[in-house]
Amino acid sequence: MIWNPNKECMSRDEMSALQGKRLHKIVEYVYHNVPFYRNKLQELDIRPDDIQTIEDIHKLPFTTKKDLRDNYPFGLQAAPQSEIIRVHASSGTTGNPTIVGYTRKDIGVWSECMARCLTAYGVTRNDIFSVAYGYGLFTGGLGAHYGVEHLGASVIPAGTGNTEKHLKLIRDLGITGIACTPSYALYLAETMEKLGIRKEDIKLRVGAFGAEPWTESMRKEIEERLGLKGYNIYGLSEVMGPSVSYECQMQHGSHINEDHFYPEIINPTTLEPLPAGQTGELVFTTLTKEGMPVLRYRTRDLCSLMPGTCDCGRTNVRMGRIEGRSDDMLIIRGINVFPSQVESVVLSMPEFAPRYMLIVDRVNNLDTLQVQVEIRQEYFTGVFDTPAAIDALEKKLAAKLKSVLSIAAKVQLKAPNTIERSQGKSAHVIDKRKL
Amino acid sequence: MTIHQLSIFIENRSGTLIKVLDALKEANIQIIASTIADTADYGIYRLICSEPMRACDELKRAGVAVALSEVFVIAIDNEPGRAADAVKAFSQADIDITYMYSFLNENRGLLIFRTNDNERAQQIITANNMQIISEEALQSLV
Repeated sequence: MIWNPNKECMSRDEMSALQGKRLHKIVEYVYHNVPFYRNKLQELDIRPDDIQTIEDIHKLPFTTKKDLRDNYPFGLQAAPQSEIIRVHASSGTTGNPTIVGYTRKDIGVWSECMARCLTAYGVTRNDIFSVAYGYGLFTGGLGAHYGVEHLGASVIPAGTGNTEKHLKLIRDLGITGIACTPSYALYLAETMEKLGIRKEDIKLRVGAFGAEPWTESMRKEIEERLGLKGYNIYGLSEVMGPSVSYECQMQHGSHINEDHFYPEIINPTTLEPLPAGQTGELVFTTLTKEGMPVLRYRTRDLCSLMPGTCDCGRTNVRMGRIEGRSDDMLIIRGINVFPSQVESVVLSMPEFAPRYMLIVDRVNNLDTLQVQVEIRQEYFTGVFDTPAAIDALEKKLAAKLKSVLSIAAKVQLKAPNTIERSQGKSAHVIDKRKL
Repeated sequence: MTIHQLSIFIENRSGTLIKVLDALKEANIQIIASTIADTADYGIYRLICSEPMRACDELKRAGVAVALSEVFVIAIDNEPGRAADAVKAFSQADIDITYMYSFLNENRGLLIFRTNDNERAQQIITANNMQIISEEALQSLV
């Protein structure tokens, strides 16, 4: 089933014409409402009228996460505050989070896109659908919630806590659909088995999984253990939130809601556009957003685009799985973690040398983060002659890391000069998750 | 009257202990007694040796995480129950023994231990006429 065939099954010519018209409008809108964009366009000697077709997008400058951070909190907001009805925030590399404001129309577009996703997964108004993403500043919870309501299914705002109660509701209410991270789905399966609930006892049939990288083998495992069909959902708060793209029944790539979010693939080094099918950095331009539109926002996600009509009937372009990142951001338990955050904490404590290593792993379907640091020789004094004293030092660092990263990390103390001095940033990370 | 013990942070992987022992050998330092407190990720190698100050400097030069800790050494008779008698005196005075190890020398037992209150531990040692071993006496063993 298709929620909005007019937009999801448009001919290429019609789609390009619509995108060109909307691009012109959004460029004109930010030119007049966001000094940051006006300055950038003026520097390049571009006027809104120079942008008439979607091909003209290549004339526009890129926007980065750094631009968002530099203009914290509302510098890139285009709509007046009186028009903003909701604000979300996502974590940044250091210090300030990224603040995203939404107008009433933005929330409407988001709900529409989310309804398209859910319909593609086979969800209808007869379903009882549980949202088990985090509710709060994170876009996952409320984004999915509004989509389910817009579609007309019954939404169960379960959130992420209290898994046992959630499972009771899944069984007793006959919940048929769920949106959560793939690792939470596996945790749910585990808890279910522990409680002696069999998959035959529950009615789950559709899962919308996203917000963290996952694999085909994880999909098979989740499907097998929960007895449902699992679909990918993709999104990012800087562009909107979940529902930027979604899988259909064919499960061959995720359809992008390209009438609202125009995708490009670029070479992350030369910034040149790459032809369809080649893997590069995914870039989005929001074509209809009012609160905080972005022009050519560099997602840092690496993937490829698949044009052409899908067997499901949709014509909107598909994106392949995220194959990696062009920066060093890690997604651990759905939370964005930058090695530079760890670095700033380590540097703030004189006990440790300015060297560290992040070791990310997945144990029993749960991501783990270990941070290795070296104790400085001059700080290794006689008080550290017992494991209790060393454990206390490790815990002190762990507590600081927790407050900065929002996830728990296990600290492992290393002897001086045992962590390899690295040149590049990524050398600080060992990711053992086989994704 | 405490003596100097070396406390060395050693990671749990091959080659770390030998690095320490090689550095001591290179510096011609003799080990008198030693013990390792081991955890899942690392160990703390505690040792008393000849010329502890110089040994500490040499190990630091070799890049080892080493520190000097103050510990007591007392001599006890070589017969059953003497360690219990000694520790009971501290226990009754509510002094904690943080850790302890021992070795046998010339038909007497030597107990090496750290307490959480060296000042009061010293009073107990004096009050109970315990035979305390000084740094100089210990050095004469090598």
